Amino acid sequence: MTQNNGLGENITFRTEGLTKNYSSGETVIHALRGVTVSIPKGDLVVLLGPSGSGKSTFLNIIGGLDSPTSGEVYFNKDKLSDYSEQQLTAFRRHNVGFVFQAYNLVPSLTAYENVELVTDIAANPIQPEEALAAVHLGDRARHFPSQLSGGEQQRVAIARAIAKRPEVLLCDEPTGALDSETGIVVLKALQDVNKKFGTTTIIITHNAAIADMADRVIYFGDGQVVDVKVNENPCPPEEISW
Amino acid sequence: MIGALNKKLVRDMWHIKGQILAIVMVMACGITTFIMSFGVLDSLTLSRDVYYDRYQFADVFAQLKRAPDGIKQQVMDIPGISAIETRVVFGVTVQVDGMAEPASGKLISVPDGRQPLLNNLYLSRGRMLLPDEDDAILCSEAFAIAHNFMLGDQISMIINGHKRTLKIVGIVLSPEYVYSLGPGAMFPDDKRFGVFWMSRRLLEAAVDMDGAFNDISIRVARAANVEDIKRDLDIVLKPYGGLISYARKEQMSNWFVQNELDQLWVMGIFAPIIFLSVSAFLINVVMTRQVTTQREQIGMLKAVGYRNGEISTHYLKMVLLIVVLGGILGVGSGIWLGMGMTNMYTQFFHFPILKFSFSVPVMIFSVLFSSVSAVIGTLIAIRKAAKLPPAEAMRPETPVYFRRSLLEMMGLEKFFSHLTRIVIRHVERRPIRTLLSTIGIGLSMSILIFAFFMEDSINYMMAVQFDMAQREDVSLGFVEPRNMSVLEEIRLMPGVMSVEPQRSVAVFLKSDHYSKRASIMGLSPMPDLHRILDKNLHALPIPEHGLALSSKLADLLHLKKGDIVTVEVLEDRRPILNIKVVEIIEDFIGLSAFMNREELNMLLNEGAVITGVSLMVDPLWNGPLFQKIKEIPAIISMNILKKVREVFQELMGENILKMVMINTVFASLISFGVIYNTARIALSERGRELASLRVLGLTKGEVAYILFGEMAVIILMAIPAGLFIGYLMVLGMAQSMDTELFRVPVIIEKSTYGLSVIIVVVSSVLSFYLVWRQVENIDLVSAQKGVE
Ligand SMILES: Nc1ncnc2c1ncn2[C@@H]1O[C@H](COP(=O)(O)OP(=O)(O)OP(=O)(O)O)[C@@H](O)[C@H]1O
Ligand SMILES: [Mg+2]
Repeated sequence: MTQNNGLGENITFRTEGLTKNYSSGETVIHALRGVTVSIPKGDLVVLLGPSGSGKSTFLNIIGGLDSPTSGEVYFNKDKLSDYSEQQLTAFRRHNVGFVFQAYNLVPSLTAYENVELVTDIAANPIQPEEALAAVHLGDRARHFPSQLSGGEQQRVAIARAIAKRPEVLLCDEPTGALDSETGIVVLKALQDVNKKFGTTTIIITHNAAIADMADRVIYFGDGQVVDVKVNENPCPPEEISW
Repeated sequence: MIGALNKKLVRDMWHIKGQILAIVMVMACGITTFIMSFGVLDSLTLSRDVYYDRYQFADVFAQLKRAPDGIKQQVMDIPGISAIETRVVFGVTVQVDGMAEPASGKLISVPDGRQPLLNNLYLSRGRMLLPDEDDAILCSEAFAIAHNFMLGDQISMIINGHKRTLKIVGIVLSPEYVYSLGPGAMFPDDKRFGVFWMSRRLLEAAVDMDGAFNDISIRVARAANVEDIKRDLDIVLKPYGGLISYARKEQMSNWFVQNELDQLWVMGIFAPIIFLSVSAFLINVVMTRQVTTQREQIGMLKAVGYRNGEISTHYLKMVLLIVVLGGILGVGSGIWLGMGMTNMYTQFFHFPILKFSFSVPVMIFSVLFSSVSAVIGTLIAIRKAAKLPPAEAMRPETPVYFRRSLLEMMGLEKFFSHLTRIVIRHVERRPIRTLLSTIGIGLSMSILIFAFFMEDSINYMMAVQFDMAQREDVSLGFVEPRNMSVLEEIRLMPGVMSVEPQRSVAVFLKSDHYSKRASIMGLSPMPDLHRILDKNLHALPIPEHGLALSSKLADLLHLKKGDIVTVEVLEDRRPILNIKVVEIIEDFIGLSAFMNREELNMLLNEGAVITGVSLMVDPLWNGPLFQKIKEIPAIISMNILKKVREVFQELMGENILKMVMINTVFASLISFGVIYNTARIALSERGRELASLRVLGLTKGEVAYILFGEMAVIILMAIPAGLFIGYLMVLGMAQSMDTELFRVPVIIEKSTYGLSVIIVVVSSVLSFYLVWRQVENIDLVSAQKGVE
């Protein structure tokens, strides 16, 4: 395993020339074409960029869900891109909270139980009801996904992600399906977690306004990082103009 | 702690409870039949082996006319013999109060004051004979039970022409009579045949055999060659009228028991293997489907940090639960049915103890057999899902790649509607699963055919045997050959309408190195009661010269029409004759040889003598006739054919009916299980597609057509396949059950085919209905959401 690779104490993720190719039949799709970026510890980072620009692919790779075609990924002091499958699993199990673009709730489990799915295996989780309360769903704990609206399902997914007290929280369009009010509730919850536990939080969104609450905004375009903006004065979610 | 994953397990299983139930049932059927058959086989084998061993069942037997006890030493001198016991054995007629007709009996001597060295008696009730006791006998348990005899009851029998009344002091069982068949009988009839034991001293006196014996049993030393001993024994016994000696495997009772065990083995292997394979296939399909459906969930579980092992365990628990449920149900009902079936065998086989013993390895094997392939199938499916990076697994599977179907490639599509084309493409899309479903349904159908065939075959056999071949009402056997003049006496007996004489003689048939003990029956040229039949069941005249052999006997001796067979007569002067085989006849029971009676008398160098008669009688006169027959000491056996048939029907009919019932229920469950599961899976795979079609405006009927069209195609293919497999199974069965005792005629009634088809169709309709109700409930909204 690699030792310190120049990652400062305060950097959670760093990627170096990250590429990802998908080959489907004849054609090769270059989803990432050399992404080099650092994400400081405790930051709330927003990823912006047009559809198909590689945001989800990037998030999946740094979250240990997928492996890069080439390039390096460092998590704290470790070289994530060298992890074995077991190590990646342990990494996801203990360090990462995911909020997926498609929610990915288990339809046969209630909201509470979907959260429980994660607290069952986490080292130091908060109570599922607490996590649900954080996304204002305390009263819907016993409902099945099919009985919840898209936004409610998304909030269950967030509750599931934060319940394990992850070191990093990776959210793929957490507010995509939500109206502004609910969106704010969700963002607030994410920010709370970020502030309260110092959780490094990365949020993909299509809503540029959300960038206002971020410490840092990374702009993606055609598989590359086209710009990084540091926001000295992030505003609270309530003040975001939707 | 229960854990969320386990909750998911329970809910998921509840969601497909219908399918799980169907699999559990099919699997339980397999395990049941397996445990039942092999349990019974085990129990019988074990009981037999222990019984033979503990009660010193002899290895070699011989009967002779009469030899002085002094030659015992000569026999002992034959190398390889470790023990001998000589006996007096005598046929008797037993008169039982309250039974019109006489019963036949066998009276066997017991050494005075001790158990015989060989063929020990198992004392079930009462006591053994005392050394100086007069008029006491031991009675075989079967006969005692059939007549409700108590210890101390008196029993009258005609011994060597004299009527004796004897007291039953003990009720016993003998390893020689596990299966007890009376003289001239085809099936055991405990009411009309009994075995009795009497002190040697008394029996010698009663039948003028002082200091002599007519029966010898031998225990062979471990390493000795049985064939050599038999040969030497025959040489020693020949001057004393010794019949050809025979080994244990030819001993009648043992031979029947062995025969039954062999048949059980065949029957025990067929059905369970089919049931277990089908259930393994079903679990496999359902689990694969389950894993495929939950691909995205598996991806999510991996994404949040569940290990592959934990995820596999989750799905394997489902398999395990099914296996455990099926196992418990199957083992339970297997033990229950096995006990019932073992109990049934106590009607045929008389063992001191016959208890159903279920062997744990058999159980483990049957449960493992059905779980291993399921587990492997599940693991393969999980591996496929787990191999994907979670990010990819969470994405819905890319649309299946459809080809133009075979029919379309042949340019036939213009004959089919759009909907039909969808159906055909689906059938072709998963050829292996389509094939396996077809085979599964086909196999269940073949089990049905097989089950019903048993009944067809037995009915046919009975009809041929009793309505066409043995048409007499009563057959009588004489103690010794009698002059033809007795016919006149018999004709004058009350109610006798016609009489046919028979001369039966025990022989040893030889051809090349093939040989077989049998008896030749001499009949009148054109018998009307006891007839012989050709292949087409037409009555044949008895050939003027030469032998007519039953085809099984001809096969065993490798003889065909026109061959010469060497006949060693096992009677009196024991001439050795060469006789031409002139006819091969068809019969299903036993081994027989027939010839013209006059020619037989001539060949035996005797006058016109007979050993038995067939009678047609007026049933109104049965009472006086039977009374009369009871009084005639010269008559050793009497078989009332109607009674024989009744006894057979009672014993076999009832038991076979039970087997047919079990198989029918099980086979119906299988076909239902396969069809329901296939339909249910089709629905789950295509629920979303079908819902979209509904949204696009297709009627429920059209959607059903697409869904069930595929099933209907499978069933339509399965029916001819099932009929064919069924026929093959029947052929195989007939072949493997083709023994000296029985030939199973391959008779499959149209109704058997019909009923099997009907059961499959009804199962299909029922499954369609159940799945249809789910189609009706498809919620167009949630189906679009993709929540199954
Ligand atoms: N498994 C895959 N196979 C083939 N191509 C893929 C796969 N996953 C992603 N891609 C392609 O890679 C590119 C980047 O995809 P990605 O999902 O990262 O985009 P995105 O920025 O998240 O877009 P969106 O905002 O629409 O979610 C796209 O062109 C996409 O089609
Ligand atoms: Mg995306």
